[in-house]
Amino acid sequence: MNGLLQQDPTQETFVLNLGPQHPATHGVLRVKLTMDGEYIDRAEPVLGYIHRMHEKMGENRTWAQFLPNTARLDYLGALSYNHGYVAALERAAGIEVPERAEYIRVITVEMNRIASHLLWFGAFVLDLGGFTPLLYAFDDREQILDLLESVTGARLTFCYFRFGGLYNDIDDDFISGCRAFIKRLRTRMPMYHNLVTKNIILMKRLIDVGPISKEMCRKYGATGPVARGSGINYDVRKNEPYSVYPEFDFDIPVYDECDSMARYMVRMDEMEQSMRIVEQGLDKLPDGPINPEKAIKTVKPEKGDYYMAVEAARGSFGIRLVSDGTNTAYRLKLRSPTFSNLSLYEEASRGMLLPDALALMGSLDLVIPEIDR
Amino acid sequence: MLQTRIKETFETLCATAPTEAESEAPALVTGVQQTDYPTKGYHLEVTLSPKQIVAATEILDREGFFIEAITGVDLLTFNQPTKKKPAPKVEEGAEAPPEEPEEKPGPPQMEVVYDFNHFDENCRVVLRSKIPRDTPEIPTISGIYPGANWHERETHDFFGIKFIGHPDLSPLLLPEDADFHPLLKDFSQ
Repeated sequence: MNGLLQQDPTQETFVLNLGPQHPATHGVLRVKLTMDGEYIDRAEPVLGYIHRMHEKMGENRTWAQFLPNTARLDYLGALSYNHGYVAALERAAGIEVPERAEYIRVITVEMNRIASHLLWFGAFVLDLGGFTPLLYAFDDREQILDLLESVTGARLTFCYFRFGGLYNDIDDDFISGCRAFIKRLRTRMPMYHNLVTKNIILMKRLIDVGPISKEMCRKYGATGPVARGSGINYDVRKNEPYSVYPEFDFDIPVYDECDSMARYMVRMDEMEQSMRIVEQGLDKLPDGPINPEKAIKTVKPEKGDYYMAVEAARGSFGIRLVSDGTNTAYRLKLRSPTFSNLSLYEEASRGMLLPDALALMGSLDLVIPEIDR
Repeated sequence: MLQTRIKETFETLCATAPTEAESEAPALVTGVQQTDYPTKGYHLEVTLSPKQIVAATEILDREGFFIEAITGVDLLTFNQPTKKKPAPKVEEGAEAPPEEPEEKPGPPQMEVVYDFNHFDENCRVVLRSKIPRDTPEIPTISGIYPGANWHERETHDFFGIKFIGHPDLSPLLLPEDADFHPLLKDFSQ
């Protein structure tokens, strides 16, 4: 008799599949949710639906042939990934980059960061049920994409950086376009804050929802806005400066509340800081060549392994390359920030209501192709 | 400074278990090395035997490091010479210089590389461990750093390295029924 009654009927759980095709998962992410009513007992992300094995491709291509692959990882913030790869090889092979090229790199990377955060903003509020801000954010983002297209030739999957410099120089139209865009976005940001940030519904959805402690960030290796929303003052641009970032005057927004609202505010403030960097970059832009004088035909780093980290829109993107002295990589490891950020989802979402868990997932800013590589 | 403190702690760790490492793999050299950061991108490089990895990770956890990445490297074809050096020209009447002895390759190995970093002070520590390619096994660190769980699953997917004590080593990125390991150097479809 007792054996039959051992399973308490109130403890019955069911498995709900947040399938690979879902508007809120930002890519093909499958989450196996073991639900206890409306509360999540266990959320297990299942990856691999867009796994293309970029690391193997890195071994089968020359160093230069791998450049377009770096853009396909995180297509929303592709220039940072270009930058990481190119800077890793410049560090390994000892290539000097002219100053003008470095400034243009920083300007375009920060414009890309603003575009990535604008898309995150629109999609995040869409997940929570607010359909309007998405197209407002896309309107602003279109201007950035048009500017970058005029210079790089691509709207999304940029392959603009080359070893030692850039593919194409910027012209006066780009500079005046950037300035006009920043002026416009500065008038639009108060509208976003009034419409969305100070909206009582958004505040109730995000404040105290999805706490991620500092210790959890450390144990899982979360970086970027996820860590900065938990009070960790870590940004690769300030902690481990690369390129010409030391010449710029910008702040790193850090919020201590650890909830989804803190991560939201970090990204909104980061957009403002990126605008500051772009303005300073355009003011200080030096004249000069954009590629080294001696054209680089082939890149052959010395035997050994090297590591390079850059601050992508989602966190610290790292490249670990092992070279055996030939013109192809021996091993190319891409350290994806969202991979580490998502790994804490299982522990962080335990016992949460399903809508709150989706708010948490949106605040992590996931791009699945970057996780799966 | 954090870097010097970590270096000294690791030197003590490497010095305390020499006999164990020597008896298992005489060719294995454990040690700490301060690397040239601007070229390499990391500050300290610690070579350990697989049995010392857990102790080393505990040291880093105590000091507040966060785990950045875990990966593997298949060293099967790493030291293969690309082309033979041509024989040096011999002048008439002079003696030919003695031929350089060819290096005998040891048993094929794989390397597991752990990257750690610190939020407050810029100090990147790399732990390396070489394991035999035929039986690639190394203890897991997912008990100390839960974030290592996914990194180790991915490394197992790509190389077949078994992490002893890992709760669930099922494929993460490859299909669940995959029994191949694509990043091995002798993998062919």
